[in-house]
Amino acid sequence: MDRRKLEEDFCRGLMIAATFVVGGSLFAVFSVVILKGAPALSLSMITELPQGGYYLGGEGGILNAIVGSLYLGLGATALALVLALPVALFLQKEYIGNSRLGRLTRLSLDVLWGVPSIVYGAFGFIIMVYLGIRACLLGGIIALTLLELPIMIRAMDEVVRMVPQELKEASYAMGATRLETTMRVVCRQALPGLLTALLLAFGRGIGDAASILFTAGYTDRLPHSLFDPVASLPLAVFFQIGTPFPEVQQRAYASALILLLLVLILSVASRLLTRKFNKYVVR
Amino acid sequence: MRFRRLKDLVASRFMLAATIFSALLVVLIAAGLLQKSSLVLAMKPLTQLLFSSSWHPLSGEFGLYPFIMGTFWVTGVAMLIAIPLCLLVSIYLAEYAPSRTRGVVKPLIDLLAGIPSVVYGLLGVLIIVPFVKNIASFFGSTTNGYNVLSGGIILAIMVFPVIISISEEVIRTVPQGMRETSLALGATRWQATKLVVRRAALPGIIAAIVLGFSRAFGETMAVLMVVGNVAKVPSSVLDPAYPLTALIANNYGEMMSIPLYGSALLLAALVLLVVVFLFSLGARLILIRVERSYGIG
Amino acid sequence: MSVFKPHISVHKLNVFYGSHQSLRDITVDIPEKQITAIIGPSGCGKTTLLKCLNRLIDLTDGVRLSGQVLIGGVDIYNDKNIDATCIRKRMGMLCQKPFPLPMSIYDNVTYGLKIHGVKGKKRLDAAVERYLTMAGLWEEVRDRLESPASRLSAGQQQRLCLARSLAVEPEALLGDEPTSALDPISAQHIEKTFRELRKDYSIVIVTHILRQARRLADYVIFLYLGELIECGPAEDVFGRPKELKTQAYIRGEIS
Repeated sequence: MDRRKLEEDFCRGLMIAATFVVGGSLFAVFSVVILKGAPALSLSMITELPQGGYYLGGEGGILNAIVGSLYLGLGATALALVLALPVALFLQKEYIGNSRLGRLTRLSLDVLWGVPSIVYGAFGFIIMVYLGIRACLLGGIIALTLLELPIMIRAMDEVVRMVPQELKEASYAMGATRLETTMRVVCRQALPGLLTALLLAFGRGIGDAASILFTAGYTDRLPHSLFDPVASLPLAVFFQIGTPFPEVQQRAYASALILLLLVLILSVASRLLTRKFNKYVVR
Repeated sequence: MRFRRLKDLVASRFMLAATIFSALLVVLIAAGLLQKSSLVLAMKPLTQLLFSSSWHPLSGEFGLYPFIMGTFWVTGVAMLIAIPLCLLVSIYLAEYAPSRTRGVVKPLIDLLAGIPSVVYGLLGVLIIVPFVKNIASFFGSTTNGYNVLSGGIILAIMVFPVIISISEEVIRTVPQGMRETSLALGATRWQATKLVVRRAALPGIIAAIVLGFSRAFGETMAVLMVVGNVAKVPSSVLDPAYPLTALIANNYGEMMSIPLYGSALLLAALVLLVVVFLFSLGARLILIRVERSYGIG
Repeated sequence: MSVFKPHISVHKLNVFYGSHQSLRDITVDIPEKQITAIIGPSGCGKTTLLKCLNRLIDLTDGVRLSGQVLIGGVDIYNDKNIDATCIRKRMGMLCQKPFPLPMSIYDNVTYGLKIHGVKGKKRLDAAVERYLTMAGLWEEVRDRLESPASRLSAGQQQRLCLARSLAVEPEALLGDEPTSALDPISAQHIEKTFRELRKDYSIVIVTHILRQARRLADYVIFLYLGELIECGPAEDVFGRPKELKTQAYIRGEIS
């Protein structure tokens, strides 16, 4: 009995230690960004475009990157939604869920989920060359859409699968078609989860750098058309941290802080929306 | 009535089109990469490209071996660190932690999952790299901190939320019956937990680890910033490395200017894709076998 | 004593789940405008039979059917012109666990109506009041029609499901153990409602509560391990059961 108790206590100690390590690394991430980024954060950072000599320490802000990231994220998420929701709904039992096409699709989506974002960037690059366009907003949106698609589909698929079969049967029992049941009952029931999936993909999209590295370009200005190059927050961080000037490196931290805040806002928004839409959901 | 049937049909067709597109996407990407790599594949045999350590792009040498090894070293270290830690934390959160602790720790971990990789890169550069440098010099090494270990550590941190959130969920949803039976026979809590984890939660935990491995394997920016980017096969964790993802990211400018170089880089991307594909396939087969031997599904 | 007019006729129905045969050569008529109780021990195919009557069985994987189910003389499985959604509209269904739709009480009742093309706020309002009254729920919820249906108690939810099914104006009501998940008072309420609805609808309920069958049934069908053992008017089956198995079941020897 003693030995077993010792084993139990030892393992419990290990577990708590592990939790501190994991929790500690989270804390480290936040504190690094906040401590280093907050001093350099100013109103001009978020409201101004980079002026001449910005990268050598001059005046300006990263409005170009903020707006650019939002354009990229919104465009990609909207496009991904148009494809992801139909696919997630199509993977239900009543459509192709249990058929060979369904299993093949799920496997294919598993692979896509694991594909590194840089590969999406490379493929996006290939498409751009094929279409004859240069690094621009459209290119970035294409690459990001491809990145977000499997993430969104997987998250949506999970929620849709959790809709109880009896609920769907209740709808069918009244003479509803598959489309009617899917749109009016399934989507309603899964709505909080679908929104979460949307915001999850959006968050992943604006945070990614590798896929837009060679597809979106970079510029100090705001894009005026789909074919203009566009700046982005992750790349702003990446480029600024690479310079030898400490003032610019400081700005990198501030940019990272802004990015982190954006992601945090999305996370909070996701939770709030879930709560708001949960009232109709049937347990 | 007929109109309703028509709507149902049109919607089905649309969904089918979207699904076929998504299913074929892998094939499209593979085809595109293959087509672009054909240039360098025509110049050199595949075995040389994959297994030669000589990377001198400007003189036409494109041995990808150091980069492939770099990727595996860094991912391996990351998983070695992450798996035990994540298991411990998942078990703790699922079985032992008071619900208040769980309520605080779990959302924080979910938050970790959404943090962009460049931000992790900053953590790496500012804290991990000096940390590794100091620890290593304590043991007599002269590394500057930009090495496999730093890369592995940062990847492990990135992978924590993925593995923990899934594993914790899986362990928690194992029905109480199994634990209660064990406890009723006089087992300690830890013994009951071991039973639950080994017998019931294992498939889910394996799935979580696979997911984590995918994430670590495909990561670009964070690892690029801390791993040293030296094109040599690492011989220890304190050596710098150059993963495939970092290779592509660092040299993207070359894609346009030197076609052969660009082709080699896209071959690297193709290698990544193939590995992910084989891995997903393999993981699914292992999962099926594990589930079958446990009598599930 | 009501006149026996068959509304639904089942003829040599066999149902297979994969290789397991769930229903064996079932041939039975279900009378119009009476309460028919399908009784028998658990797992003997009662729910399967019920689901065959509105083709909800189509939604289950791996199911094979042979035989005929005739509603008003029309074979709902083999007739080319038949649309499953039309059949389901004609058969209302109540399940064991009440499943309100994830919407407000009002929307729950009007769901079926809107799908089948009924428009106009006045018509919908009137329908909501009418069917909630028929289900015995109107007085309790008239002030909170917009609140989520999931907030109702189980008994109220089941009455809501009843109102919802009645709203599409079916010919028959099918109930799969409709009161077994409810507290006694709600159960009583539902049973009372069934007795009132009997004038206008054919009601078929599956139940494993013998006493409920005795209370409600005009006509009884006894199934045992997928086979039809006995069927007939309630007084006959309960009072003078012909088969040994029926006698045993009614006496409580087998369950």
